[in-house]
Amino acid sequence: MLSYIVRRLGATIVVMAVVAFFVFSLLYLTPGDPAAVIAGDVASADDIARIRQSLGLDQPFLVRFGNWVWALFHGDLGTSIFNNLPVSKLISQRVEPTLSLTICTLIVAIVTSVPLGAIAAARAESKLDHAIMGFSVLGFSLPVFVLAYLLILLFSLQLQWLPVQGYRPISEGIWPWFRHLILPSLALGTVYAALIARITRASVLDVLSQDYIRTAQAKGLKERDIMIHHALKNAAVPIITIIGIGIGLLISGAVVTETVFAIPGIGRLTVDAILRRDYPIIQGVILIFSATYVIVNLLIDLSYIFFDPRIRY
Amino acid sequence: MINNSSVKHVDWSGQLFKLSHFFKAQLPALYQRYPFAVIGAATLFFMGFIAIFAPYLATVDPQAVTPLNRLKPPSWQDWFGTDALGRDVYSRVMYGTRVSLTVGIAVALLSTFIGTAIGLVTGFIRWLDPIVMRIMDGLMSIPSILLAIALMALTKASMENVIIAITLAEIPRVVRLVRSLVLSLREQPYVEAAAAAGTPLLKTLLRHILPNIAAPLLVQATYICASAMITEAILSFIGAGTPPNIPSWGNIMAESRSLFQIAGYLIFFPAIFLSATVLAVNYLGDGLRDALDPRLSRRM
Repeated sequence: MLSYIVRRLGATIVVMAVVAFFVFSLLYLTPGDPAAVIAGDVASADDIARIRQSLGLDQPFLVRFGNWVWALFHGDLGTSIFNNLPVSKLISQRVEPTLSLTICTLIVAIVTSVPLGAIAAARAESKLDHAIMGFSVLGFSLPVFVLAYLLILLFSLQLQWLPVQGYRPISEGIWPWFRHLILPSLALGTVYAALIARITRASVLDVLSQDYIRTAQAKGLKERDIMIHHALKNAAVPIITIIGIGIGLLISGAVVTETVFAIPGIGRLTVDAILRRDYPIIQGVILIFSATYVIVNLLIDLSYIFFDPRIRY
Repeated sequence: MINNSSVKHVDWSGQLFKLSHFFKAQLPALYQRYPFAVIGAATLFFMGFIAIFAPYLATVDPQAVTPLNRLKPPSWQDWFGTDALGRDVYSRVMYGTRVSLTVGIAVALLSTFIGTAIGLVTGFIRWLDPIVMRIMDGLMSIPSILLAIALMALTKASMENVIIAITLAEIPRVVRLVRSLVLSLREQPYVEAAAAAGTPLLKTLLRHILPNIAAPLLVQATYICASAMITEAILSFIGAGTPPNIPSWGNIMAESRSLFQIAGYLIFFPAIFLSATVLAVNYLGDGLRDALDPRLSRRM
C-alpha cells in the first residue's frame, strides 16, 4: 500500500517533468526565430534582441532549461514580456474567479449528471433513457460558447433574471458572487455533465447485472435503496475516474467561458496573453493547469482505496 | 481476337435497380436499426455537398465588404443577414463549412494514422513502452485546447497550423487506445503462432493486429473528428485559430462577439451549422460503435 503510494508519486513526478520539458521546449519547436514571432510585425531589431535576451534564447538550450527549472522550484514562473510583472503574481491575482467558476461547475455537473445517469441505467432502453442519452450527445456537440450565448439570450436578455456578464468577488457577499456564476457554471458544466452521465449509466448498468443486486431485490429492498447503497456505491470507481479525467475539459472550457462572460480569471489572462504573444504567461498557465490536473488525478487514484476497499495494492 | 474487342457492356438497368434497391429496401432497414447514425450520415452528406459546391451556393463573395449594407438582419435579400462590415453571412457560412470539414477530417486521419503507428510499435517493443507512455501521460495532462493554444501562439495563424496543433493534442489518446488493444491482442494464440512461424514483426502488425483494431479505431476517429471541429471553433473564437481572411464558423462568431446583444443572428447561424455537423458526426460514431462492437455499445 505504502509502496503503491510511493510508486504513484514517482510516476507523477516523471509526468510533471515531461510536461515541464515540453512546455519549455515549445519555444524552440517553432520554425524561425521565436523572439521575432513574439515581438510581432512592428518590432524593431532592438525589441527582438531584448526579448531574445529576456527569454534567454541567446544561451544554450540545456543551460536555459536548467535555470528555468531551478527558478520554478523557487516559485518563479518568469516575467511577463508585456508589463514586466512576475507571472506567478499575475496568476495568483486571478485564482479566485477561476477557482470559483470551476468549483461551482463541478458541483452543478456532478449533482445533475450522476442521478440522471443512474436513472437512465435503471430504466435502460426506455424512452426516458433515450431522452437522457440524447441530451448527453447534444451536450457533447454544443461548443461551450454557443451554449453560453443561448443562456445569456434566454436568462439575461429575455427574462432579465441574471446578469449578462461580469464577476463579483466573494468578499462582496455570497449572493452577488453566486448570481454571476450561475450562467457560466451551467454553460461550462453541460459538456462535463454529459460525459459523467454517460459513464455513470454504463457503470451502473454493469453493476445492475451482478448477483448481489438480484439478492437485494429478492430481499425486497426498495429500488432507491438498492440504487444508492448497492449499485452507485459499486459503480463509484469509474465515475470518479471520469470526473478526474474531465478536469481537463473543465480547464479548457474555463478559458472560453471566462472570455464570454468577461470573468477576470486565469482563462482571461491566457487569452490576453495569446493576443499579445506574452509567452512566459502562456507557459506559466499551462504548467499550473497541468499540475492541477495531475495532482487531482493523483488524489483520485489514491481515493480508490477509500471508495472500494477491495482494491489493495 | 474476339475478347480483345472490349465489349464492356454496362448494365445500366441493373445499376439502376441496385440504386433503387438501396433507397427502397436497404436504407430503410438500416434506418430502422440505426436511426441516428443514418440521420447523422445524411446530415454529413449534406454538409459535404455544401463544402464542395460552396462557390455556387454562395450568393456573393464571402469577403466582399459593402459598408452601406452593414448589420442588416436576415431578410429575403441577405438570408442570414450581414455583419459589421456588410459581408453576407449566408455566403460566409457556406464557405465556413469547408474549414470545419477539412479540419475535422484532416485531424481525424492524421492523428489516427500517427497515433496508430506509435501505439503499434510501443505495444510490441517492451522496452519502449514505459518511455513512450510516460511521454504520452505528460502530453495528456496538458488540457488539449491549452496545448493547441500554446502551439498557435507561436506560429502564424493558418489552417495548416490549426490542423497540426489539434492533431498533436489528439495523438496521445489514439496511442493509449491502440496500445491497450495491442497489449491484449499480443497474447492471442494466432499472434503467438505467427511469431513462432517466424513472421516478421511488420507483417504481424499489418496482417494480424491492424485488422483487429480497425473497428474501435474507426469509432475513435469519428469522435476525434467531432472534437477537432469544436476545438477549431474555440481556437478561432478566442483569436488563436484560422486567420480572419478565411471565413470559418468560429471566425464569424468571434467577429460578432461584441455585437451579440444587438445582432444575435450573427452568432446564431454559424452556431446552428457547427452544432448540427458535430452532432451528426457524434451520431455516426455512436452508430458505428453499435454496429461494430455490440458489447461496447451495451456498456457505453
